[in-house]
Amino acid sequence: MSKPLALVVRAPGTNRDGDAAFALELAGAEARRVLINEVFADPKLLREARMLVIPGGFSFADALGAGRLFALEIVTRLRDELTTFVEAGKPVIGICNGFQVLVRTGLLPGDGLTVALGGNRIDGKPDGQFICDWVRLQPVSQKCIWTTTLTADVECPIAHGEGRFVCDPDTMATLVADDQIAFRYATPNPNGSMADVAGICDSTGLVLGLMPHPEDHVLPRQHPQYLRHHRGGLGRAMLEAGVNHAKDI
Amino acid sequence: MADVDAATSRRHRLTLRSHGSDTFPDTTATTITIVGALDQDDLGRLGAVLVDPLLEVGSWDAPVGAGQLDIGLIPGVTDTAAAQVVHAADLLGVAITHASVGRLIDLDAAPDDAEIRGRWANAVIERWSLGATVEPGFAADSIVEAHTERIELPDDDVALAQLGTARGLALDLAELHVIRQHFAAIGRLPTDAELETLAQTWSEHCAHKSFRADVVLEASVGAEGNEGGDTAEPLLARLRRSTTEIAAPFVVSAFDGNAGIVRFGPDRTYALKCETHNHPSAIEPFGGANTGVGGVIRDIIGAHHRAIACTNILCFGPADTPDAELPKGVLSPRRIIDGVVAGVADYGNKIGLPTVAGGVLYDPAYVSNPLVFAGCIGVAPADRPALTGPHPGDRVVVFGGRTGRDGIRGATFSSMEMDATTGDVAGASVQIGDPIVEKLVSDLLLDGWDLYTAITDCGAGGLSSAIGELADGIGADVELTEVPLKYAGLAPWEIWLSEAQERMVVAVAPSQLDALIDLAALHGVEISDLGSFTGDRRLVVRFEGEPVIDLDTTFLHDGRPRRRLVATMPTPERGLAAVPPCADPDATLLALLAHPNIASKADIVRRYDHEILGATVIRPLTGVRNDAPADGVVLVDPRDTDGIAIGIGVNPWYGLHDPEHMAWAVVDEAIRNVVVTGADPSAIALMDNFSWGNPTRATTFGELVAAVDGCVAAAHAYGAPFVSGKDSLNNEYLTADGTRRAIPPTLVITAVAPVRDVALTVTPDLKRPGNPVVLLGRTLAEFGGSHLMMLSGDHTVSAAVPAPDAGASARYHALHTAIRNGWVDAAHDCSEGGLAVALAEMCIGGRIGMAIDGLADVHPDATVALFSESSGRIVCEVAMESLDEFLALFAADGAATVIGHVADSPVLCFAEVFERHVDDLVAAFNTSGAKGRS
Repeated sequence: MSKPLALVVRAPGTNRDGDAAFALELAGAEARRVLINEVFADPKLLREARMLVIPGGFSFADALGAGRLFALEIVTRLRDELTTFVEAGKPVIGICNGFQVLVRTGLLPGDGLTVALGGNRIDGKPDGQFICDWVRLQPVSQKCIWTTTLTADVECPIAHGEGRFVCDPDTMATLVADDQIAFRYATPNPNGSMADVAGICDSTGLVLGLMPHPEDHVLPRQHPQYLRHHRGGLGRAMLEAGVNHAKDI
Repeated sequence: MADVDAATSRRHRLTLRSHGSDTFPDTTATTITIVGALDQDDLGRLGAVLVDPLLEVGSWDAPVGAGQLDIGLIPGVTDTAAAQVVHAADLLGVAITHASVGRLIDLDAAPDDAEIRGRWANAVIERWSLGATVEPGFAADSIVEAHTERIELPDDDVALAQLGTARGLALDLAELHVIRQHFAAIGRLPTDAELETLAQTWSEHCAHKSFRADVVLEASVGAEGNEGGDTAEPLLARLRRSTTEIAAPFVVSAFDGNAGIVRFGPDRTYALKCETHNHPSAIEPFGGANTGVGGVIRDIIGAHHRAIACTNILCFGPADTPDAELPKGVLSPRRIIDGVVAGVADYGNKIGLPTVAGGVLYDPAYVSNPLVFAGCIGVAPADRPALTGPHPGDRVVVFGGRTGRDGIRGATFSSMEMDATTGDVAGASVQIGDPIVEKLVSDLLLDGWDLYTAITDCGAGGLSSAIGELADGIGADVELTEVPLKYAGLAPWEIWLSEAQERMVVAVAPSQLDALIDLAALHGVEISDLGSFTGDRRLVVRFEGEPVIDLDTTFLHDGRPRRRLVATMPTPERGLAAVPPCADPDATLLALLAHPNIASKADIVRRYDHEILGATVIRPLTGVRNDAPADGVVLVDPRDTDGIAIGIGVNPWYGLHDPEHMAWAVVDEAIRNVVVTGADPSAIALMDNFSWGNPTRATTFGELVAAVDGCVAAAHAYGAPFVSGKDSLNNEYLTADGTRRAIPPTLVITAVAPVRDVALTVTPDLKRPGNPVVLLGRTLAEFGGSHLMMLSGDHTVSAAVPAPDAGASARYHALHTAIRNGWVDAAHDCSEGGLAVALAEMCIGGRIGMAIDGLADVHPDATVALFSESSGRIVCEVAMESLDEFLALFAADGAATVIGHVADSPVLCFAEVFERHVDDLVAAFNTSGAKGRS
């Protein structure tokens, strides 16, 4: 079977597209990095792809709040194409800035619900202070195609200033009831997210957004305790789940 | 300007306030001012994008209250957020003509002007209004007509010197004489643009006049028949010569172009560069540090390499310095620390490079002159297209950011001493960076790196230095009206000199120009064709066709008279083996661990993304809880098995006593920091960065000469060549009462070496109970400038600083063999605080203890054994099965001492001296507010 094409879309300021592309190739996809302008000019690119990836970074400098401009570009110029993409059963993942983008487009959590990712709020530190550290993620959702097959926690870095998951209590209840909580932090909550939420999916389970960077833990040696003989917890497993799903479309 | 004023009635202002937490109510709101013929529907749609109700509250056209301080940017300062507001409005079909983003601060009590400047705003880039709306900083076109002046150069020397001062040329009289003679000889007056170009090109910052000066040893001056004194080789020439003599096969290019280039392994080269950005960071900490990082990354791009990592060393005044002790015009260290760290983090995080290695030093001497060293490393395949140009006929192409009146005269500004007026008069020298634009430029240059024949960045001196350097020996003819401007009305010399950020200049063969223009369009990068390289060795710069500069490139680059600087050599007290009193070694160890220079820097390190690119395999923080300091960092691209280690050495306190031995010690420290990770000691490349005081003072220059002596001697001893360097001089501050504040001699050495196999690398954290602990190297009573001396009250008390250890190089090679054989489970260098601190840090990393029973074998005096900072020492945790083989490697050195073993319990025990629970060590180490993960 040929490798499914994963489209890694970058806007000005996207900077983890290379990490995502490398990780996806390891996970069995053919990763193609394209500029958002190329997709606008030729939406056929989306039709050929079987997975859409919005990687991390600071799209448009995150100048007016993380992901806002990139989301506005997508909503303004690509909304229908994207809806068609998901309706065709193709998986979508937004990592870090990509998560912020998907939330601001309304694609996550979907169904008219709204959530937000605010500035990190950690005791004793100014709001929105960037933090780079490692976390362990507990996969929760049995509906999300990215998490259902995971048998162990995922360990990977975080690197963000606006990762605090926020929503109203009703929305949280809906997300929990509908099994849309994809990941929770299993190590101490690094950013003040409600209910330790690190990532959510839409109601179809195809669209995943998460703040941490599983694409930066795809080789054992990338783990900080590699020289202490730590193995396992690869973020690659999660990406493989997405790629395997894309293969079968 | 006129249309903005007329549009006041069409102005709208959105005040955006985030929902604060109970403990931290939000007292700073963001303001967005826009101009346009907008109706309520437009405002509603714009508001829906700009305000996220879950996070913030937005209100249109709210008045500024009496207790509020309204702050906006000065027109012309880079306002990236405003550009995105315009972009958003454009996508929504809402027509706005101007945007400006500012902030609004709620205050409890009305501050006076000094308090506003000291705490809330920075007059260098901002203006404000208390209790009323500040005029937004719309970038407006200037109505000043662009013109070029011809400058009369007076025959009278006093008047000539005055002209130089008045124009901020930072040239000495001998240099002004040469310029006057040159224009007299060609029979015309210089233009303002020509004079400014010469001043920038001949500035200390660009020309490194002191490093290129003839060295006159003071002892030889005035002897009979030798009134002028003996001249010795210029410092830069000595460093270069040492590299030539070492003849390391891996050096591709040293002290040439934008960066040093080395080749590790057959298939790739690395570009290395480290810059200083001290003066700008002193007056606008965020922007100064921010553009310092941006500038050094551009150096790597300009060396035709892909940037892969950033480094930084920061020197600050103590964070607890009372405001009352600050000289007039000096910002509080707390503000400088916050701003500099935020500036470094902002640029590296946004452009997408890991900020990996570094250090933070605190000393009262840095209160008025903080130092910011920013480094960058790049990689390229060895078979990348060669740059052979520029060739006559090649086009002169500039791209990236637009040019404005920002950053005018930065090179000359940074070559002068500072005083209380510096912040006000040098405002235009400092800018805010735009890392997103630089990322686009970098991506474009990498995608199209076969499309140009030469490349350089626009740094200090702007186009004048970039095009001037490329045109050296070939000549160029360019038209300034082709340069894209942020706003109209710049004088020709301002366009030519502006240091507006994120711009690169390339030489392009005419046949490739269209391809490069198409690629730039795809990447969304603005590009302009300014003219051509000519071959006539003249630099001709035109404005609307008329030459405003017509200079012989030979005169521009080689016409500067060589300086002669007198050096009074320091006389260090090398025999003084003084041992500071230490009644309570237990309390001393805890105090050292809590000392700001030694304590955890996690609070700063974690604000930098050190994970991006997935290559950082040994991080700046290490151990079971990721909270213990590493020595060097190791980067290995995920696609490869081998990579590089980066280590840094710096110790200004030794420099106060003995600059020569200081230099040797910091070269040794940088090298040790890479060797302990498992990097190859036979292929180490070095970079130097000197931050010094005024070199025209003979004692200061003598200290610089002594430091270069130490660098050269150490480079030879370790076979490690210098490939790149940078000096920042005149780091002095003249206070209002005439007191001169100079920094201690500060030399930062960066070592880079290849790591051949990521699986055979080593970290400092203890691994396995029962493993023997071995100290390599010899320990002497060397407390000059030591941290124990500092704790005792005065580190300026004379004492011998750590002396060079001739056995160190062979020792490091033996250690490398041991690491390659897999015999070493942990290794850590001994530096500030000595052996005791090194052992404590290893315990913190492993969260396990050590039983040290061989202290007397280290030195009979326990204070010396525990806290002396002798060079060349490494603590190793050796795999217990391999101890005999390990020790055999060091038999010839005679300096391997088994001092104890890794314990079963979490207690660091020095037999018959004291013991401490590792939890106490962790607590002391984390006192500066920096906490590891629990």
